[in-house]
Amino acid sequence: MYPHIPHRPDQPILDLQRVSVRYEGRAALENITFHLHGGERVAIVGPNGAGKSTLLKVVAGVQHPTDGEVTVYGSGPSGHVCIGYVPQRSQVDWRFPVSVADVVMMGRIAKLGLLGWPKKRDWDFVQAALETAGLADLYSRQIGELSGGQQQRMFIARALAQEAELMLMDEPLTGLDTPAQEGLLALLGGLQEKGVTIMVATHDLQQAAHYFDRILLLNRKMIALGPAADVLQPEKLLEAYGGRLRVADGKLNLAALDDACCDEESHDHAH
Amino acid sequence: MLVATKNLMITLIDWLVKPLSYPFMQRGLIAAVLVGVVCAVVGTYVVLRGMAFFGDALAHTILPGVAVGYIISGGAREPLFWWALGTAVLASLGIGAIIKNARIKEDTAIGIIFAGMFALGIAIISTVRSYAVDLSHFLFGDVLGVTTQSLVWMGIFGGLVLVFIVAFYKEFLTLSFDPVLAVTLRLPVGVLNNLLLVLIAVTVAVAMQTVGVALMVAMLVTPAATAYLLTKRLPSMMLISAVIAALSGVVGLYVSYYAGITSGSAIVLTATLVFVVVFLERQGWPRRKKI
Repeated sequence: MYPHIPHRPDQPILDLQRVSVRYEGRAALENITFHLHGGERVAIVGPNGAGKSTLLKVVAGVQHPTDGEVTVYGSGPSGHVCIGYVPQRSQVDWRFPVSVADVVMMGRIAKLGLLGWPKKRDWDFVQAALETAGLADLYSRQIGELSGGQQQRMFIARALAQEAELMLMDEPLTGLDTPAQEGLLALLGGLQEKGVTIMVATHDLQQAAHYFDRILLLNRKMIALGPAADVLQPEKLLEAYGGRLRVADGKLNLAALDDACCDEESHDHAH
Repeated sequence: MLVATKNLMITLIDWLVKPLSYPFMQRGLIAAVLVGVVCAVVGTYVVLRGMAFFGDALAHTILPGVAVGYIISGGAREPLFWWALGTAVLASLGIGAIIKNARIKEDTAIGIIFAGMFALGIAIISTVRSYAVDLSHFLFGDVLGVTTQSLVWMGIFGGLVLVFIVAFYKEFLTLSFDPVLAVTLRLPVGVLNNLLLVLIAVTVAVAMQTVGVALMVAMLVTPAATAYLLTKRLPSMMLISAVIAALSGVVGLYVSYYAGITSGSAIVLTATLVFVVVFLERQGWPRRKKI
């Protein structure tokens, strides 16, 4: 019932060719071209309204590009169930009457098929995913009772239960305290060892530089894609952030780039 | 003393059993429980997805269809179920399409259609001379006027709604909790959304005679909202919602019988009272005295 197009191993896990998205004539993304290798970790950075979320949604096949083409292992994303999408915490109704295990089981339903019910194998998958994410103790907890870091881990566990090969995360670090951020980044590191390809939208350039293989610098157009040392150059950052960039003593003050405004917003919505 | 207790028991049993000697009360009780359970289970999705206004509008929108059926069938009640069903399904898909494509805000679009169709329904019914009584039955329900034949159709269609809710449990749950996940799992999101709208429409048709179009939304949201306050899992929310709705139906009908108030409002008031009590209890009220 549910489509799943076979992967062509000779094709890159993700390939974008001249992808543009316009909302009512206004460009959200312009002419984006790049491809990813299997098992890579890429951070998408850029100012608010740069199109980070739009880019993730186009890759997930949730939003269709106005122009250009997205392919996953050689075919369009809408035929694949191997793409895990972790939403912004502020987009989730945390009072919804579901337990942690219920949410993680949702990742399995494409595999269950129409009218199929979870079998022992599926519950084993859920249990294993929760153990990987360090949430085994919180199996039957209502989701609103989790901390911010645990909420993000739950969605990662869901993507694991889905057997996602490409994991897309929208601002997973926003609003988390430092230990929770470190824990999440360590978990992502473990996923890379399993061959999962990861794309994360983030505000934090220092973490992007420290924990990710490549950085995609975005402001509607793709300004740069490469290792941190190549991408985080003053002229490129100026192009992406414009006047919001501060340069102190010839060194970039990376912390100054964090947009405080949206952090506040997601705090409000998360409760 | 013993005799007094015994007499009290006999009076109480008599009080409970006496209304049941009337066949219309038996049918009314079955209808009230049936409608309560179906509305309550479907209503969990109405509450969780924030569709209360849609449910209210849909119920009112079927009035012109029911009115046309009423005129064509010359006042007979049984064909009205089919007119209600047909209109409700068409209206739900129509409103669904308008929500998706409208250039104005969703609630505004629903408001315009809802009021326009409701006015049309009243206009049609008002062409009939003795319209006042019949109109009030359509608006507020007439559970004691339910015939055995209607009851059978209500049971079949209400049962079908429950079968679909169970069969597509995991799909509706996922779609309601995280629509983006439903898309990335490549579920047939459009089909499932429309299926849910149709299930709400069938529920409205099944419930029309019991609570009427004006009070319908209470049956869809009040028991489900009460259950929402009491539980943390969807299956138990459905179960608790159904139990509250069924009890409200029975209690409401007895109140209606002895207090002489209309059945639809008695049922809805009972459900509302349960909600208020649970709400206050959850707010920690009445406050316990500190020692």
